[in-house]
Formats: sequence, structure tokens, C-alpha cells
Amino acid sequence: MKIAVCLKRVPDTVAKITIGPDRKTIDETGLKFVLNPYDEFAVEEALALKEKAGAGETVACSLGTDAAQETLRTALAMGIDRAVLLQSPGSPDGLEVARAFAAELKGGGYDLILFGKLAVDDYNQQVGPMVAELLGLPCVSSVARLGIADGGVEAEREIEGGVEVVVCRLPAVLTCEKGLNNPRLPSLKGIMAAKKKPLEVKPVSLGAGSIEVLGLEYPAERKAGRIVGEGTDAVPELVRLLRTEAKVL
Amino acid sequence: MAATILAVMETRDGAVRKVSQELLAAARELAGAAGSVDAVVLAADPPTGVDALRAFGADRVLLARHPDFARYNPDGFATTIGSLAGGHSVVLFAATATGKDLAPRVAAKLGVGLASDVTGLALRDGALVATRPVYAGRAIQQVKLRAAPAIASVRPNAFQPRARDDSRTGGVEAVTVPAFEARVTVQSVKAPEKAALDVTEAPIVVSGGRGLKDPANFKLLEELAEALGNAAVGASRAVVDAGWRDHAAQVGQTGKTVSPGLYIAVGISGAIQHLAGMRTAKTIVAINRDKDAPIFKIADYGIVGDLFEVLPRLTDEIKKVRSEK
Ligand SMILES: Cc1cc2nc3c(=O)[nH]c(=O)nc-3n(C[C@H](O)[C@H](O)[C@H](O)COP(=O)(O)OP(=O)(O)OC[C@H]3O[C@@H](n4cnc5c(N)ncnc54)[C@H](O)[C@@H]3O)c2cc1C
Ligand SMILES: Nc1ncnc2c1ncn2[C@@H]1O[C@H](COP(=O)(O)O)[C@@H](O)[C@H]1O
Repeated sequence: MKIAVCLKRVPDTVAKITIGPDRKTIDETGLKFVLNPYDEFAVEEALALKEKAGAGETVACSLGTDAAQETLRTALAMGIDRAVLLQSPGSPDGLEVARAFAAELKGGGYDLILFGKLAVDDYNQQVGPMVAELLGLPCVSSVARLGIADGGVEAEREIEGGVEVVVCRLPAVLTCEKGLNNPRLPSLKGIMAAKKKPLEVKPVSLGAGSIEVLGLEYPAERKAGRIVGEGTDAVPELVRLLRTEAKVL
Repeated sequence: MAATILAVMETRDGAVRKVSQELLAAARELAGAAGSVDAVVLAADPPTGVDALRAFGADRVLLARHPDFARYNPDGFATTIGSLAGGHSVVLFAATATGKDLAPRVAAKLGVGLASDVTGLALRDGALVATRPVYAGRAIQQVKLRAAPAIASVRPNAFQPRARDDSRTGGVEAVTVPAFEARVTVQSVKAPEKAALDVTEAPIVVSGGRGLKDPANFKLLEELAEALGNAAVGASRAVVDAGWRDHAAQVGQTGKTVSPGLYIAVGISGAIQHLAGMRTAKTIVAINRDKDAPIFKIADYGIVGDLFEVLPRLTDEIKKVRSEK
């Protein structure tokens, strides 16, 4: 099995976001970055599938600035064999990112190309299916359970009020949902080994794209709420407020 | 220039879904009187509700029928929508499980960008401007889509369906489904034993966290949801990871983003990743015994107390007022 995993460096999910002076991007000073949580599921799946197959190669690919090398090293420490950094400041247009990945992965002989379901910074949830479309490959998105046998894929994805069972042939593109697996932590040995694993840096230039960021703002503060009261005695007043003030009942 | 909009409808079990009515409301608002809204339905047979799409805001209703469209057919749907997109300045999807899978495929086929999961839409100098939460709702981005067509997916519950206007009538036009290569097949859809409202679509969500102590205690929330009538039961990640509830019910950054009219958080502390999934609810109620729990910072109304006492009382009170109505 030859498997590619695309992974992104994103701000830590608990970090406070500060909007930069341009009012279009965030201020990254002092911000802690992590491997995108959904991409951890993709890394784990790649490692588990290769282990099960008993042979193969896993390649991690990220598009970002040099800082993303650290994120790629995390994947190498988890057990990925080698890494490629597509060096670029990125783009607000997911299609431009997808085009860069499609160009990099095309003809690479991959049986599977794995993505996270969503990057928790841009919330685009689009790059995986776009790459599949550009490469003419089958794609199942938001995969929560996966079975691979005899060159075929059977995947389950959650839909509102149910689960879709989707089948396709390899090679394929999958995007990974929480619940697919439990990502391993990098071991100390893995961290040492990662330092010697190959990490290739390739500068790429993205197209202008068709999406322009006009502005970035903090969400409207919710107007200060109030404690209606303590214990069961507060219930009638709560219900009254929900009916007459909030008008939601 | 007025917008010519193609709004992609969704069906399930032979009926048009409610999110599609919301999408028509968003499309109609954007198009105004001068623009146009074409609703496209992809199905094997005409679904229930197709005749009412005009009443909910469509100017034309296009029906793309194909025997393989009884279930979602990613490649077939994307090919068909791609072929209809020409002549439209905007293509809108609902940001549902299906819409989030389908929209990027269509965008890539057409070679244009996609604004995902938007909560607001406007036209500025003829271009589509979309508002969308990013960084798990910690910031709101405004983007301009320069390509034609401009493609966006619209977050469920961000728009309310229009009041049905039955004076808007007309027929359904058949459109051709072009030849397509089905690279993936939806083999079956497993429905849960008890059909429940999905948290993303329910007007009211009551969610429970670790404070519930035991999976069996979710019965208290189910009873409250039932008393409310149109409510879904959600959960924090802590209880999903513990195996108490399905991931489908998880609200938050690694779960679902919900924007119901009313969100009731019970025994949930209010971690930032949980807030990411529900901070856009119109009204938030928190029930927690810890008066310093962060959930109270974003709740409109809070009750400090033991949920095992408060919940049954709340369910009774709701039943009482509902029977008075
Ligand atoms: C990358 C990442 C992603 C995450 N994604 C999500 C996500 O999508 N969704 C999510 O929810 N979390 C997510 N989390 C986890 C999050 O950080 C919290 O751990 C989680 O939300 C806590 O769940 P909880 O509120 O149920 O539990 P706790 O934090 O343990 O809170 C329990 C609450 O119940 C109250 N309580 C206890 N007993 C009673 C009682 N008898 N009556 C009233 N109140 C009582 C307590 O006062 C407390 O406030 C994520 C974390 C990470 C790192
Ligand atoms: N710059 C990037 N570098 C590496 N992977 C990315 C990048 N952008 C997106 N991806 C991949 O695409 C998935 C979905 O991202 P998005 O469409 O931006 O939400 C992520 O989980 C990653 O697997």
C-alpha cells in the first residue's frame, strides 16, 4: 500500500485568536500551532493500513510556510516514512491548495490519498473532494468507519439521522472523520527516528484564486446573560422568560 | 446586476428536506425581486414537496431524474449540477453532510472557488460576499467570490424558511442528466432504530455532558426533548468518547455545529471546543451546579443547581405550559 496523507498546521484549538492589524488575517505572534486534529485520524489510518498490509510507503504532504516542517516532523514521529513540504504562504481559495496537491500527487502511484475532514482554521471542508475531482479519483468524505479488501473500499459516513455505506475501488481519496480510529502519540523512539527521515521542501506558487478575504472580525459578543436562580425554584421563571422574553417556546 | 441563482435541493426518503426550504429563503433574499431562483431537485422519482418549492421561494423548479438518483449519487449529482450551472451567477448548497460532500466536487469541476458553511450572503457590486465563521467560531470572515458562478454552502438554521405563499404556482421542468461515471456508490443508508431529529436541523437542542453521571440518565434529557416536541438530544465530547452517546450527537469543534433557536446545555462545563459548536444558537440556557462553569459566560439564562432535580421539574413545567396552549 502506498498512501499519501495531507496534513495542515493550524492554531491550537484552545488558543485565543487575535485578529491582525490588516483586519483580514490573524496575528500569529506567540500562537501555539498543532497538527490539525482531523489530520491525526488520517495519519493513524495510513499507519494502521500499512501495518496491516505488511508493506508499503506512507508519505505526508503539507502546504505551508517553513514552520509546517515541525508539523510534518510530528507525522514522521508518529511513524510516517517521508514528508514533502509544498512551500507556500497558502491561499484563502481551497481550490488553489487542491490544485497544488493534485499536481504533487498525480502519477505518484498512491493507492490511497487521505485528508482530514476539515481544517479547524479555515473551516473549508473542501480540499479533499476537490483533489479527488482534479485527479479523477473516487472520493468518500467524512469517513467514520473504513474497510479495505481486494482493492475495494467500504466506508461509512454519518449523515443527518443515519449512516451512508459507500463503496468504491482503489485508488481513492478519503477524508477522515473523528471516530475512525484513535491516533497514536509519537513515541520517544519515533521522535528520534523522525529527525533522520527525509523531508523534502518544494517551493510552489499558487494561482490567484477567486476568493478574496475582505475582512476578519471577532464574533458579536453575546449580550450578557443572567443567572435566573438556583435549583428547582428557578424553573418557572426560566420557562416564563423563554416564552415571553426570548420567545422560543 | 441581479443574481441568477441555482439552489440545489436535497431529498431523503422521497421527500424534499426542510433545509432546502431554508436554502430557498436564503436564495430568494439574495435574488430579490429582480433576480431569479432556480431550484434543482435530483431524484429517481418526483419527491413529495416538489410542488411547494415555488411557494417557498423558487421561480423555476428543475427536476433531474435518473434511476440511480434514488440515493445520493456524488458523481452523478456533481455532473448534473455542473451542466446546469452555466447561465447562473450563483450556485447554493445546504451545508449538510451531502452538501459539504457535493459542493467541492462541483466547484472543482467548474474550476471556481467555494465559500463553505456560510451564515450570511450579500451582493456587492454584483459580486457575492459571504460571511462565514472560521477558527471554530472564534472569528468571522467575510469573503468575496470573484468567479462565475460563485458557489457557497449555507449553514442549516442560518435562515428560516419563508412563509408558504401558495399564490406562487407553476409546473416542474424536466432537465437532462448528462452521462456520468459513478466512481463511488452509496450502497445503503442505515437509519437508527428510533428515527430522531438531527442536532444540526432541530429548532431546539438539549445537550448533556459528564454531569449526567451515567448513560442511563440521558433518559432525563430525552424526556425533556419529548416534552418540547421539536428537540434533538446532543452531547459533549466527554460523553461521546466515554461511549454514552453516538458521535452523531456530538456538538462542538470535532462534532457538529448547530444554530438552533434554543440550546439547553445540561451538566456541560462549556469548554471552548464545545462552545465552537453552539455559540451561534439564538438562545442558550445552561443548567450546572457550578456557578463558575464557563458555560454561564455565554448562556442567556442560567440555573445553578443539581440537574437531577432541575431537569424533571423543567420537563414538568414545559408539559404544563404546552398543555395550556
Ligand atoms: C482537539 C479537541 C477537540 C474537542 N472537540 C470537542 C467537541 O467537539 N465537543 C465537546 O463538547 N468537547 C470537545 N473537546 C473536549 C473539551 O475540551 C471538554 O473536555 C469537553 O467538552 C468536556 O465535556 P463536559 O462539559 O461534558 O465535561 P466536564 O468538563 O467534566 O463538565 C461537566 C460539568 O457538569 C457539571 N455537573 C456535574 N454534576 C452535576 C450535577 N449533578 N448537576 C449539574 N451540573 C453538574 C460540572 O459542574 C461540570 O461543569 C475537544 C477537545 C480537544 C482537545
Ligand atoms: N495547507 C494544507 N496543507 C496540508 N493539508 C491541507 C492544507 N489545506 C487543507 N489540507 C487538507 O485538507 C483537509 C481539509 O481542509 P480544508 O478544506 O481547508 O478544511 C485538511 O484536513 C488537510 O488534510
